[in-house]
Amino acid sequence: MPIFEAFSILILPQLLGARDLPFPRLSAYGFWCFLIGGVFVCGSIFFNVAPAGGWFMYPPLTTQYQDGLGPDIWLLGLSFIEVASLAAAVELIVGVLKTRPPGMRINLMPLYAWYILVVGVMILFAFPPLIAGDLLFELERAFDWPFFDPARGGDPLLWQHLFWIFGHPEVYIIFLPSIALVAMIVPTFAQRPIVGYSWIVLAAVGTGFLSFGLWVHHMYTTGMPNISIGFFSAASEAVAISTGVQIFCFLATLLAGRLTRSVPMLFVAGALAIFVLGGLTGVMVALAPFDFQAHDTYFIVAHLHYVLIGGMLFPVAAGVHYFFPLATGKLLSPRLGRWAFWLMFIGFNVAFMPMHLTGLLGMPRRVYTYAPNLGFDTLNLISTVGAYVLAAGVAVLLFDVVRPRKKQPFAPRNPWQAGTLEWLAEMPPQSWGVRSIPVVRSRYPLWDQPGLMREVDTGRYFLPGAADGHRETLITTTLDAMPVQCQRVPGPTFKALWAALFTGGAFIFATFAWYSAALISAVLALAVILLWLWTGTSIIPEQEQKDVGLGLRLPLYESGRHSVGWWAMLITMIGDMSAFFSLVFGYLFYWTISADFPPAALPGPGIGWPVAALLLLLASWLLTLRARHDNREDRNVRYQLDLAASVLCGVAGAAALMAGPWFNGMRPTEHVYPAITWALVVWLTLHIGAGVIMQAYCMARRWRRRLTPQHDMDIQNIGLYWHFMALTAAVTVFTIAVFPLLTSAR
Amino acid sequence: MKRGTRILSDADHRPEQRQPRQTLWQLVVAPTTWAVHFMLCYITAAVWCARFAGRDGPLAGPGRLIAVYTVVAVAIILVATWRAWRQHRWGQQAPPHDEATAGDRRRFLGLATLLLCELSLVATLFTAMVPALIGDCR
Repeated sequence: MPIFEAFSILILPQLLGARDLPFPRLSAYGFWCFLIGGVFVCGSIFFNVAPAGGWFMYPPLTTQYQDGLGPDIWLLGLSFIEVASLAAAVELIVGVLKTRPPGMRINLMPLYAWYILVVGVMILFAFPPLIAGDLLFELERAFDWPFFDPARGGDPLLWQHLFWIFGHPEVYIIFLPSIALVAMIVPTFAQRPIVGYSWIVLAAVGTGFLSFGLWVHHMYTTGMPNISIGFFSAASEAVAISTGVQIFCFLATLLAGRLTRSVPMLFVAGALAIFVLGGLTGVMVALAPFDFQAHDTYFIVAHLHYVLIGGMLFPVAAGVHYFFPLATGKLLSPRLGRWAFWLMFIGFNVAFMPMHLTGLLGMPRRVYTYAPNLGFDTLNLISTVGAYVLAAGVAVLLFDVVRPRKKQPFAPRNPWQAGTLEWLAEMPPQSWGVRSIPVVRSRYPLWDQPGLMREVDTGRYFLPGAADGHRETLITTTLDAMPVQCQRVPGPTFKALWAALFTGGAFIFATFAWYSAALISAVLALAVILLWLWTGTSIIPEQEQKDVGLGLRLPLYESGRHSVGWWAMLITMIGDMSAFFSLVFGYLFYWTISADFPPAALPGPGIGWPVAALLLLLASWLLTLRARHDNREDRNVRYQLDLAASVLCGVAGAAALMAGPWFNGMRPTEHVYPAITWALVVWLTLHIGAGVIMQAYCMARRWRRRLTPQHDMDIQNIGLYWHFMALTAAVTVFTIAVFPLLTSAR
Repeated sequence: MKRGTRILSDADHRPEQRQPRQTLWQLVVAPTTWAVHFMLCYITAAVWCARFAGRDGPLAGPGRLIAVYTVVAVAIILVATWRAWRQHRWGQQAPPHDEATAGDRRRFLGLATLLLCELSLVATLFTAMVPALIGDCR
């Protein structure tokens, strides 16, 4: 994940000939979150508190197996890191859709950008369910809310569902960006355009969707009804179609072109060979009857390594070789590369091929040792030898990457004679992106547009300089990449670092149950983020339009759906919705599995308070929308009054929402029913809190004249936020107050 | 006039008359239909087996419901297929649709949508086969 995000944020502007992606500070914030969270989670191993329950953290095993903070570090640390992934998803999706160079219509977009777009959207739907699961699990661990405790109505299987709704797409989230590297490398070394561009788009989008219908194939042996298993088995087989299509396209490109031998191509060939074997065993284990036998054996270990080493590690190694000059200006050694490849390829197969047999002989996974003479000894010995050879190959690759290369000359520009825009980069790389943003007329502009490099270098295209002293890039339309705006992007700031530090504090202090410190840290994070927004976003430009070159004048400020900020809000809220609906899924899950849910003996939140809350929240939403309209009409007083009233309605709505379960005496530690009701209420209340702060922020912005009738990005974006709040409030109230009435009436 | 300006004012950049309208959202109509159909089938069967029929109960009731879902889903996918086919068919541009023209963009997006429709159709029918083959909740 970090490799993919870092690499994409690095390469995407180059690939699109853009100066930068639209939200560099958001990326910085994500980076610092990742760094802090990563050090925290991985560093725990040195203090002997690392989570020891496997990557899936199944309750109750995890908590009973390990005392101490390990599971909390997993739950809160990974939730924190996921913030970084969601930030990257927002940046990458908006980047692909809105910062393409003029002329790069959707049919000319580099395949890497297609894959990134798909993966960004997948992150939005895959990661939030795990955040919801983490929230429930941490509430259970910290406050004894019994979500996964069967004695009080909970069910550990809910965790498995939420984890695998994340976990299976996650496999594709790391596979697709890696195969995207292959899609960039293959045409270069075949020296021809990719064969079946549309089919690869089909494969990327289709795999992205189908990967969400596979999660239960990790749970075939949990005792679910066969019919449920059948649905997931069907989808698991269907995904093989879309995954296979792209492999055929790569092979066809290689067959149709003139293959140049090179180290990246060697790794790609190895990747395809290994991945196809992993895919074939994948088709086998997708069949439930076979999986019943192979489940939790070394056969699965072999399968997943063939998929991930072939689908991720080898393509990444190819990508490291291929893109290394873009990062450092120098090539890696072909000789060491060949050594690394053959050691890795042979080592990998020697290590993992025998595991198919060890698995079929019955050796279980997740057992660190085994008794002698069970028939595994020789096979395991072979695997061990292979593992050392594989490690030696990785060591050679790493050595080549880190060895000093001061005396080595810089690579020639575009060393592989590639056709895509990232190879416009000068050698040694310069600290700017492109000298001027070109007009693109081809999928492989460096091959098909003669003289492009010289024209870009001499500044003959858009934004050839920085006449106003600002960092700027072009915003273009989604389908046809017509330039529509000149977007100013901010420079480096410490605010993103401080915001990440305090956000990290909120999660990390909570791990140690230092809740006051966590709360203070959260408040400080909020303060820094507000300062960051106040000083650095929706700045009113000194002129409405500017000449971007070639006689084109473009606006410097856009709001509503014409602005990138609006799209970022939309994308963030889609992710937020998927977390929210995961909680609702939890509620319905408990109802489904238990005949007595809600339990007749326990109080509910009633109907009066929740409905009052809903009405107040809807009022807050409508008042926000009216304020947005007031601002456009330049009615300042009514704007402020409407927003003030919306704040009051929001606060009152949150209070009414809490009042239902509170006054009815719902105790979340007693049973899963009050616990999940409270979880939904707390979720919505926190979101209303954020919404109210946004409303107050817009009042202050207008008061300080940073928001005007023409420059209304802030109020447009929070209007969008409140659309989602209205939906969240309606679904929450329906779930906690109306649904129990409907189901108890029958 | 410089080269870039001329390119941007090219005839194929003008708004198109009479041609099928396109958005990026159309790509996801059929796969989303598969996803909704998939979730509805799963939830219907799970709720039926867990709350109503019991572990050995028959699947006839939800089977009929799933058949209805499938007819609706397939109908939506076929409409999307037909629209995508119209977009793809419109115009004379030859494959692989890699020219910087509105025509190639339209034919490409039509083709990509069409392919996704067919994948979604196959996946939806895969889902629908399950209750046809499994008779009860065991």
